[in-house]
Amino acid sequence: MTVNEKNVKRTELGRLDRLYLVEVVKGLGITGGHFFRNLFLHTAHLFGLMKDRPAAVTIQYPEERRPIPVGYRGRHRLLLREDGSPKCVACMMCPTICPAQCIHIRAGESPDPAIEKYPVSFDIVVDRCVMCGFCVEACPVDAIRMDTGIVEMAEYDRKDFVDGRDYMLSQKPSDEEKKKGPPERKPPNELDKKNDEH
Amino acid sequence: MGTVIIFVKIFFMIGFLMTLGVLLTWVERKQSAVMQDRIGANRADIFGLRILGLFHPLADALKLLTKEDFIPPSGDRFVHTLAPFIAFTTALVGFAVIPFGPNVQFFGREISLQVADIHVGLLFIFVVTGLSVYGVILAGWSSANRFGLLGALRGAAQSISYEVSMALSVIGLLMIFGSLSLGEIARAQGELVWGLPRWGVLVQPLGCIIFFIAAIAETKRIPFDLPEGESEIVGFFVEYSGMKFGLLWIGEFVEIVVMSGLVATLFFGGWQVPYLGSGGFVFPFGLQIGLPPFLVVLMQVLAFMFKVVFFCWLQMLIRWTLPRLRYDQLMRLGWKVLLPLSLLNIVLTGLVLLFTGS
Ligand code: SF4
Ligand code: SF4
Repeated sequence: MTVNEKNVKRTELGRLDRLYLVEVVKGLGITGGHFFRNLFLHTAHLFGLMKDRPAAVTIQYPEERRPIPVGYRGRHRLLLREDGSPKCVACMMCPTICPAQCIHIRAGESPDPAIEKYPVSFDIVVDRCVMCGFCVEACPVDAIRMDTGIVEMAEYDRKDFVDGRDYMLSQKPSDEEKKKGPPERKPPNELDKKNDEH
Repeated sequence: MGTVIIFVKIFFMIGFLMTLGVLLTWVERKQSAVMQDRIGANRADIFGLRILGLFHPLADALKLLTKEDFIPPSGDRFVHTLAPFIAFTTALVGFAVIPFGPNVQFFGREISLQVADIHVGLLFIFVVTGLSVYGVILAGWSSANRFGLLGALRGAAQSISYEVSMALSVIGLLMIFGSLSLGEIARAQGELVWGLPRWGVLVQPLGCIIFFIAAIAETKRIPFDLPEGESEIVGFFVEYSGMKFGLLWIGEFVEIVVMSGLVATLFFGGWQVPYLGSGGFVFPFGLQIGLPPFLVVLMQVLAFMFKVVFFCWLQMLIRWTLPRLRYDQLMRLGWKVLLPLSLLNIVLTGLVLLFTGS
């Protein structure tokens, strides 16, 4: 096995470098250059000019936000069927796999004879959740996703961290997720096909 | 009448210094932000009005005034309270001998635009900056905090080392202008040599550089901020809170203004505008523009203020560009580089004066 190594040569300070003064002036040139360029751009922006050239890299946080990358796990939401009933069939897969044990479901009998159960209540204690996304992967009917784009979770009271069923059903995917479109379905593999035959 | 005039001048001087000092706290944040492609403090607002964060100094003052004033129980109460006042007063008082304009005729009276035109102005400045280190030492010692004391000791050592080269670097200037009075030095820089204004920086380039470096070291800011050393010992004011901390803090900014005023006066002509005499512009190639006297004085006072602001800006630029020196580098620079260079400067100036005979 070869180790990927790189030899970095130390540059010896020349006579001019050791004087410092020249390097100091060079450094001042760089920072001063930034200063005047940004000052000019800021002034231009005040008059509404050259808006396409930013004068600062700052994102003014509460008003402006960095776009959340697609697939970034945020607060959960529950999905609905076409007819408006919750997709979840209360199979208890997600509370079983949840490493934080923060999903609490009470199941009830579904009025639809084709469906066995539905969640009477579905609570996720978000401040316990470790945002692992296992619940999303465990769900057999794609009823739960973490694509709301809500990543700042701050409340004044602990009980506000408990997301109820109706709250999660009312959440929408974030704009970035909507742009991406529906997730691709992988073709079932050999094992799945065999299971399907039964 | 004389007393009234003095009070007016003191009022003007303190107003100028404090305004600039407070503004510098804002400039420091904004300038560093603009240099680093950031936006900087812009959140303090009054009724939604933000004007580029200019209310931040107000908000700071309000915060500092309402904070608890903590005195360490094992510290020295009296000295702990005294130290910020020493630091602040000595910073402020140095400006008294710096002229901010020429002598003006006002209702038949000759008034010098300078609070105290004493013959030993330069010595006075060195005395005052020498005293200012007492603020640092007392603050560090009375806090009964090891880090505070460490900062104070560093401050004392640094101040001693750099005051030597600072004082020696202006001796060449004194040899040329033959006066210790700052008003006299500023006036002498209006003359011309070879068609150029006889500014200190032209006749004493080496002295100017040494003086400027030593001046930054005197203000105890990066790259010479060993006494503060924010990232290692927090500094001599580690046990200060509330407005006493505010005084130390504003004192530092006032010191920047004073040092800028000093550099401007000694090496950049003070209130002189190049080629502007009391009657208007007189250029060496024959062009003359006559100006009324009050306009000339106004331009000269504004020129002085502009120079002061420019050097404040330059010090900020340096502060936000360079890293802090290590302690041995600091001492080596002070004793092994600046001191011999300033001695060399004196010898060279002496030789030049000897051979040119002026
Ligand atoms: S993301 Fe992980 S921790 Fe959070 S609810 Fe889902 S399974 Fe539990
Ligand atoms: S795994 Fe899906 S269907 Fe099963 S209980 Fe969780 S959300 Fe409902």
